[in-house]
Amino acid sequence: MTEAATLPTTRDEDWRYADSEFLAAANPQAINHWRTLTVPAGETRARYSEESSGAQCPGSVERYRVHVERGGRFEAFHLVTGGRYVRHEIEVTLEEGAHFEFGGVTLGGDDKVQEFVTRVIHAEPNATSNQVVRAVQWGKSTGNFLGRIEVVRDAQKTDAAQNFRALLLERGASANTKPELEIFADDVKCAHGAAIGALDETAGYYMAARGLPPEVARKLQVQAFIADAFANCSNSDAADRLLEGALLKLDGAVI
Amino acid sequence: MLKIDNLSAEIGGKPILKGLSLFINAGEIHAIMGPNGAGKSTLAYVLGGRPGYEVTGGSVTFMGKDLLELETHERAALGLFLGFQYPVEIPGVSNVQFLREALNAQRGARGEAPLSGGEFLKLAKEKASLLKMDMEMLKRQVNVGFSGGEKKRAEMVQMGILDPVFAVLDETDSGLDIDALRIVGDGINTIMRKPERAVLLITHYQRLLDYVKPDFVHVLADGRIVKTGGPELALRLEEEGYEVVAA
Repeated sequence: MTEAATLPTTRDEDWRYADSEFLAAANPQAINHWRTLTVPAGETRARYSEESSGAQCPGSVERYRVHVERGGRFEAFHLVTGGRYVRHEIEVTLEEGAHFEFGGVTLGGDDKVQEFVTRVIHAEPNATSNQVVRAVQWGKSTGNFLGRIEVVRDAQKTDAAQNFRALLLERGASANTKPELEIFADDVKCAHGAAIGALDETAGYYMAARGLPPEVARKLQVQAFIADAFANCSNSDAADRLLEGALLKLDGAVI
Repeated sequence: MLKIDNLSAEIGGKPILKGLSLFINAGEIHAIMGPNGAGKSTLAYVLGGRPGYEVTGGSVTFMGKDLLELETHERAALGLFLGFQYPVEIPGVSNVQFLREALNAQRGARGEAPLSGGEFLKLAKEKASLLKMDMEMLKRQVNVGFSGGEKKRAEMVQMGILDPVFAVLDETDSGLDIDALRIVGDGINTIMRKPERAVLLITHYQRLLDYVKPDFVHVLADGRIVKTGGPELALRLEEEGYEVVAA
């Protein structure tokens, strides 16, 4: 197990936006531990979570490898509100006709560093994947999304999409994204999009003109912004819980 | 109800309104017409408190209060409704949620109890059917994917639900076909033509005034009101053009 022996640093491409102080002090065994899951052919598995560790927790790294057999579906929806450093990493391998659906939201202030790292391997033909990540940051926090899509040579008719948008509520907050597409098949659809911006002032004014005070208008706008990430969740109760968790965090934040 | 006295305003240092005065009493419908660039939309936005529009002189009193001192959302709670020339799309927020939050924020500001979900839906249904919009449309996201006509109709439904005492409607008639124009005209009449309410219609064309008969028509040119008359003035404008009538 050579991988357990070394500790990543921010010089490693996959860790370039990570919190270097956390990495320096981290336990190599813990940081290099991968959980594994196999989704049997034709079946569906799901993971939903909210990572909301407090400031006293130096950080958390969660990594899991998922293998989705022929025609199976794996969906993962995660909300990250904790910190200082939270990393949520997923590696998914898709067999023929399998699907991976991912929705992630980072929401944070102070000097939190919150990131999603995904690697989706389209190993066989006709598999599909869709990833929607939204980052809402204020204070001096950072939201990251590193998403790699690999389409092997025989994986024709792959349909993979990835979309990242960040909303920076205050000057000083930041977001990083690094889409990577490695495509070795010639009949595939791979789409990716990324945008980083501030709240839409025109919409804010429109809401004010209808009587909404700025804090309510902002909350509504943020809610609309992050709802995209949970829109494709097949379990609407879980999606609602994640959205409520996010709004609760936002209520508690002084923006 | 509304008293605009010698109002001057600029955008980015460029004077647009240059000493505009206008008095509107309860029960009256006023129309402001004028060529492009006269300051019609600027007037609407200054009344609505839009950032970037700087008042450099004069005063505006609304319901006995200094309107220019109030934040945009406070103006709405006081009963001012601004109908947008280009209603804004808000992805991810349904009309129902948006309007319920807006109405309850206004009610809260006025010291009234909020409406429950059921009460609100009943009200929304009633106002929507008045404007021949079905509830399905209200469940959709605010203005997202609406045609020009649908957006203006949605503005009227918003007006019906929010129940203002005074509405400034900025080119509500632009982009409407004949049927939509009649529906919007009916909406304005139904919702706003009451003794305790008033409307300021900003328009380029006479055609909306066929449906909503104004009590007064004003011609705005170069930041001032240069002529005031009755509905016949709008007809003259249509026939002879702004340059002749305003001269």
